[in-house]
Amino acid sequence: MSRFKPVAGAYVRPTGGWWRKNPYFVRYMFREGTAVFLTIYAVILLLGLNRLAQGEAAYNAWRAALATPWALAFHAVALVAVVYHSITWLRVMPKTAPRLPVDPALITKGGLAASGGASVLIIAVLWWVAR
Amino acid sequence: MTDVLATRMIEIECMRFNPATDSQPRTQVYQVPFDDDMSVLQGLQYIKDYIDGSLTFRWSCRMAICGSCGMMVNGIPELSCHTFLRNYFPHRVKVEPLDHFPVVRDLVIDQADFLNKLDIVKPYLIPAVDLPLTAGAHRQSPAQMDEYYQYAQCINCLLCYAACPQYGLDPEFTGPAALALLHRYNADSRDVGFDARAEVINAEAGVWACTLVGHCSEVCPKGVDPAHAINQNKVNSLLDYVGLRKLLMPAGEKS
Repeated sequence: MSRFKPVAGAYVRPTGGWWRKNPYFVRYMFREGTAVFLTIYAVILLLGLNRLAQGEAAYNAWRAALATPWALAFHAVALVAVVYHSITWLRVMPKTAPRLPVDPALITKGGLAASGGASVLIIAVLWWVAR
Repeated sequence: MTDVLATRMIEIECMRFNPATDSQPRTQVYQVPFDDDMSVLQGLQYIKDYIDGSLTFRWSCRMAICGSCGMMVNGIPELSCHTFLRNYFPHRVKVEPLDHFPVVRDLVIDQADFLNKLDIVKPYLIPAVDLPLTAGAHRQSPAQMDEYYQYAQCINCLLCYAACPQYGLDPEFTGPAALALLHRYNADSRDVGFDARAEVINAEAGVWACTLVGHCSEVCPKGVDPAHAINQNKVNSLLDYVGLRKLLMPAGEKS
């Protein structure tokens, strides 16, 4: 049973357009919005796996679709979005971790170094395989 | 060099709402003389004393400890006693009641919802054994105190609720301050109340309603980090759900 009763006649303000009122919320929405690009990119990769299972012709058709200007443009935008998403995600990471005896900034920096290092490693392996 | 003692004029735009006569809020602009050391609260007090006695707002201590004078100043939740007019001059200062709460009158909000949420988090120590006073003080090491001290600094000013869009969209959400205070007691070595508070944490309106916007921790005037309190309890909630919490955190161990 609630001890405190709401005041009768109090005015409840509408919440429409809340995220445009504060630059902080705009950045938050942008951060969350970039996840859409990440999801679409993951779905395209999964489709490729599916096409590979269907045979060589299907897989080559999938690869040809990726070489179109629209697909290239999407991947360029998605790359920027995913980089932004990763950086902002690693920035809030200390908030999601239990209390650790290290500087929270170190978690962010460690995450950035690890993801940067992993990206360089993957690019190096791909270059070595494809040369 | 600016003469810090010079009196200048600033415009303060206040949201006004009188439930007896208004169907919705309106705004009113006041010309207020101010010095460099005048807070927004003092600006409002000048209006009330010399221009318009009907302007209604809450305040008490004038030194950022009572938590009464929170309001939206140019769209950001602030303690008005802790926010200075000089930082807005020569622009107009827009003052509104704290976002997301029903407006009782002018700049005064209805706190009932928060006070009820404060009740459900059981914001008091739940000890394993009720010891008599003769048993003396319950000793605690500085490291144990450090686990919860930050969260004990909350002054219930509600700036974090005004900074939380999730609370604005879904008032069922237990919200930043109440969940930070819940964690304050759960993290205390003298407390064994995790299970008694688990229903609040685990509920859909509990920690899981937070999407880590993070503005709550930015606006807190006392350095509390509600976003961290809530999000580390997502881990606790998950461990509790799968039955691992007691295994990983034996009695006496606090997250």
